[in-house]
Amino acid sequence: MAVAAPVARSAARSAARAGARVRPGLVLALLVLAVLVVAVAAPGLITRVDPLAADPLRALAPPGAGHPLGTDHLGRDVFARVVYGARHSLGIGALATALAVGAGSLLGLAAGLAARLAGEALARLFDVLSTFPELLLALLVIAITGPGTWNVVVAIGIAQIPTYARVVRAQTFVVRRSGYVEQAVTFGHSRARVVARHVLPNVVGPVPVLATIGLGQAVIATSGLSFLGMGPQPPAPEWGTMLAESRDYLRVASWVAFSPGVALTLSVVCLTVAGRHLQRRFEGRTP
Amino acid sequence: MTAALPARRPPAGRGLAGLRVPAWLGTPVRRLVTAVAVLWAAATTAYAALLLAPGDTVDILVGDGADTPEIRAQIVAEWGLDRPEAVRYLSYLGRLLHGDLGRSYQLQRDVGEILAGQVGPTVRLTLAAAAVGVVLAVAVAVATAGRSVWPRRIVSAAELVAVSVPQFVIGIVLLFVFSFSLGWFPVSGAADPQALVLPALALGLPVAGVLGQVLREGLERALEQPFAVTARSRGLSERAVVARHALRHALLPAVTLAGWFTGVLLGGAVITEALFGRPGLGRVTMQAVTGKDMPVVMAVVILSAAVYVTISALLDLAYRLIDPRLRSA
Repeated sequence: MAVAAPVARSAARSAARAGARVRPGLVLALLVLAVLVVAVAAPGLITRVDPLAADPLRALAPPGAGHPLGTDHLGRDVFARVVYGARHSLGIGALATALAVGAGSLLGLAAGLAARLAGEALARLFDVLSTFPELLLALLVIAITGPGTWNVVVAIGIAQIPTYARVVRAQTFVVRRSGYVEQAVTFGHSRARVVARHVLPNVVGPVPVLATIGLGQAVIATSGLSFLGMGPQPPAPEWGTMLAESRDYLRVASWVAFSPGVALTLSVVCLTVAGRHLQRRFEGRTP
Repeated sequence: MTAALPARRPPAGRGLAGLRVPAWLGTPVRRLVTAVAVLWAAATTAYAALLLAPGDTVDILVGDGADTPEIRAQIVAEWGLDRPEAVRYLSYLGRLLHGDLGRSYQLQRDVGEILAGQVGPTVRLTLAAAAVGVVLAVAVAVATAGRSVWPRRIVSAAELVAVSVPQFVIGIVLLFVFSFSLGWFPVSGAADPQALVLPALALGLPVAGVLGQVLREGLERALEQPFAVTARSRGLSERAVVARHALRHALLPAVTLAGWFTGVLLGGAVITEALFGRPGLGRVTMQAVTGKDMPVVMAVVILSAAVYVTISALLDLAYRLIDPRLRSA
């Protein structure tokens, strides 16, 4: 994964090359992701129904007129809850990924630039931490902070820091020894300038690729923690929480489980497809 | 962590946890050093979590349990909170070295005792899930490696879904189909062996997805090697080439992933046990997290690191059995 080559300037050309053979799977994935972005940013555009409005008289109504995906055990509209749930499930996943990418890149950069012993020590620490089951690390944080939306962001973010730190450190380690960095140092540029202008741009290359796949995993982790009751508290419509609630009514009202399950799976599949495409392009672009 | 992230495969050719230990130490010593390092890091991470938590350490260790002056005095004595920072940390490590995982002040029991009572169901679940993952992955990889385009496309789509679907969604689908609709398996509990089938499938399928991909790639690479051509030229059927010659090569990269699988199975066990209402370590962990029972949560982190270390060491040995080239090294 570690690559020392400078960032290619001909992004337009490689885009044109990739566009030459359009993959239907990728197009479909990007379309779904676009809809999901709308659901996160402006769920009101997709449905006007209030996801929290309960109607006990119409509890567990099957899909039909008025409620395209049925209602849950409190008579809330499942479609509206799935749409508004995107903000929770994907939003928390995105924030956690942003936290992990930011902190992980900084730590990785520091470990890659640090003096030999300190750098090695940090690198070994990332290695060891990344072997831990992420869910257990996240639960360790939740045990201290308690459940809740922001605590899940922090827990998953911290649990994923080692992933990004490892990659960025490995990359930094290679780049700092490369010819162009050596040359920049020879020119007498300050250390800060060399790091900002030459090291950083060439180090963060693989990060967006990792982050796309990592976002899918963060969404799975978010819904997993919510499923366990650690995420946004009821009545918030988080997909994992909805699935946990639906388990008790599975025999009589499978549609309550069906929709959030499909939404969750579809989101992660599309993120993985997009991430793998980026991965192939990135690997094809650099020697 | 729930499901899989194939992009995060550990780089091949590096040892346990990717640690590099000087070569002159010799393999057994090297393995021991890395194992100790992983365990130490786990213990220290758990300890750091306790230290970094906002608030008074005694309050945190009490958690949601009964808060009496006697219990507070007991905590101060057992954790050495009246002594200097360094002594505290060293005595914590020393206690762990003696196999003492501490005491849950909420349950008024030793943590080791609590965990020991719940290991059985979780071990059965994870072993069954690992078996499901390995058997499915080998079967699918052998059946599709080197075949025509369409079966492979279908299988890789299935693998993509297996990797992307959270374990609890797989579990809910299995529950709906096989328990609620068909009535073949019990909905929850762990009383009879039948109750193990669905949880093991839910936990094992994501593993099968990733493992299947790795095995298929490995098989396809191995089938192009000269030794495969030689075997074919001796008149062996394609199936015999795969079974006797290629599979062994394909297994090697899969074994490198074993540590990652351990993590998926351990983390997934928490969610699977919750979904299927099974007793086990996962349920203990959830109760501890909900009740803020820090000594138990810390012990679970350390225990999972110990499991990881043990499995990695065992697979290191397996690696040598599979690949005779490593035995002389």
